[in-house]
Amino acid sequence: MIRFDGVSKVYPGGAVAVDNLGLTIPTGQITVLVGPSGCGKTTSLRMINRMVKPTSGTITVDGQDIARIRASKLRRGMGYVLQDAGLFPHRTVLDNIGTVPRLLGWKRARIQERARELLERVGLEDDLADRYPNQLSGGQRQRVGVARALAADPPVLLMDEPFSAVDPVVRDQLQSDLLALQADLSKTIVLVTHDIDEALRLGDQVAVLRRGGHLAQVGSPAELLAHPADDFVADFLGRDRGYRSLAFAGMPRLTLHAERTVTLGEPLPAGGPPWVLVLDAGRPQGWVRTEEVHRPGRRVLVDDLERGGNVARLDSTPREVLDAALSSPAGRGVIIDDQGEFVGTVVASELLALLELERGQR
Amino acid sequence: MIERIWAWLIASSSWVGPDGIGARLGEHVLFSVVVVAAAIVVGVPLGLWIGHLGRGRWLIAAANAARAVPTLGLLFALALWVGPHIPGRWAFVVPSLVALLLLAIPPVLAGTYAGVEAIDPAVRDAARAMGMSPLRVIRQVELPNAMPLVLSGVRSAMLQVVATATIAAYVGLGGLGRFLVDGLASGNYPMTAGGAILVAALALVIDAVLALAQRLLVPAGLREGGRERIASGRHTGNPATAGDPTVSPAR
Repeated sequence: MIRFDGVSKVYPGGAVAVDNLGLTIPTGQITVLVGPSGCGKTTSLRMINRMVKPTSGTITVDGQDIARIRASKLRRGMGYVLQDAGLFPHRTVLDNIGTVPRLLGWKRARIQERARELLERVGLEDDLADRYPNQLSGGQRQRVGVARALAADPPVLLMDEPFSAVDPVVRDQLQSDLLALQADLSKTIVLVTHDIDEALRLGDQVAVLRRGGHLAQVGSPAELLAHPADDFVADFLGRDRGYRSLAFAGMPRLTLHAERTVTLGEPLPAGGPPWVLVLDAGRPQGWVRTEEVHRPGRRVLVDDLERGGNVARLDSTPREVLDAALSSPAGRGVIIDDQGEFVGTVVASELLALLELERGQR
Repeated sequence: MIERIWAWLIASSSWVGPDGIGARLGEHVLFSVVVVAAAIVVGVPLGLWIGHLGRGRWLIAAANAARAVPTLGLLFALALWVGPHIPGRWAFVVPSLVALLLLAIPPVLAGTYAGVEAIDPAVRDAARAMGMSPLRVIRQVELPNAMPLVLSGVRSAMLQVVATATIAAYVGLGGLGRFLVDGLASGNYPMTAGGAILVAALALVIDAVLALAQRLLVPAGLREGGRERIASGRHTGNPATAGDPTVSPAR
């Protein structure tokens, strides 16, 4: 557990970066510090590993005041990921990852082994090991940055806008990979971002800061979306707050509907409903419109498919299920099981009715 | 004329003896290498330190300004001033070496500082945040990354010293400059021109040697050309997100 107790940072000249911050960061969870630029989120993060010295107040890690721990020792026990990765240009990928183990005096063979293990862990191929950072793409560099931070298996991971410098597709992938990694590792992660969607997606706990270094609100994503403390937080959370809160709401017990289906490559039987779901080995491929495809002896081909409908899983959130229904050309959302096989469809109006009913009971 | 210069250059009598080309060449190279080595000993740590702290930049500016002082004037001033206080042969050698050293330090110092200054701040930040001590940051991160510009500074210092050591012959330093001084004094033009050619050739050879050293000393990740090759390696992807390629789950 990391605790901020009355922590302030005032720069010479009187600029207040962080104002009397009190915050508890639970062990083994992701805490996101989010806010507009100038809200002191990065300063707060950098005070945890003493890259910035607080003007007043104390920060403790598991009850120990960090001001009493030697800076280099403290930092070697905390992984650090920067926005531009900050990889050492003169060192290979493998040597970059081995930075902290080398500082800790590990044996060469052990460092190599550990670095290769991490390379795989963060989803990079082994043949990148001997490349230099300038031969990598932005997303690859960021993955190496995460591997480097994890090298000595520190209990704490500090991440300063780790995914801001990559394009949205890569960012999405990096975010889900981080969540998968965290599910295995259970690190105490403190992540700074200005992107509220990233904060809500990644954070177990989200601390919203406002300009001047004040903590505006701290809570789980669902709490923030449901009960923003004030106008600033509500504004910062942005539009679609109600819709987005469905990503954190409990899923009501839904009735799944059976659906007329046809296997890809087979002819479409006569007299079906306007839309028929096409399966291949049990997996949904897309919808076909009966009146367009139905001819005697004609088979359903890949070109006939209307795609674009998202599918949801049995354990998806209401937001994903609703999205599946709304994006489906047939108006019915496709639900699959863990093997990716079709189990049934849902209708948006039924889900909404159940959500309303649930809200009424609360 | 050209034949007479050539004749002087290839005559074995020009090459042997304490006044021969061989001995003079040796002196010239020795003085130049000693001076530049001393400039590295002074300039590189100083440049690293100023670059690391980001303080004391005025020293760089001052060193650059000092390059405007004419070396020849400085040389004579030092020889007249300091020379009489030094016994024997050193009376001439020390002022010459000092003047050449003052010429050699600024490029080395400025190159080193510029090299450190040019490092991406995120790289230095990362080095500190990984738990490197200041000395480790300098040795393991700043020096290797500054290496291309450090070596450019050394090359430029070496060229200037090799060229300028010629005029130090006026105050008795020896070296290839003697052929120019003696040749002019005795009206032996083939010797004068031959000496000038030798200095130019020496400068080119030494620069080529340093260019080779630069290739060997600059870390591979910083070499030109590496930048263009973007990795073709793919991510192995994550099983948790590798869904059906045609219809992906809403995320």
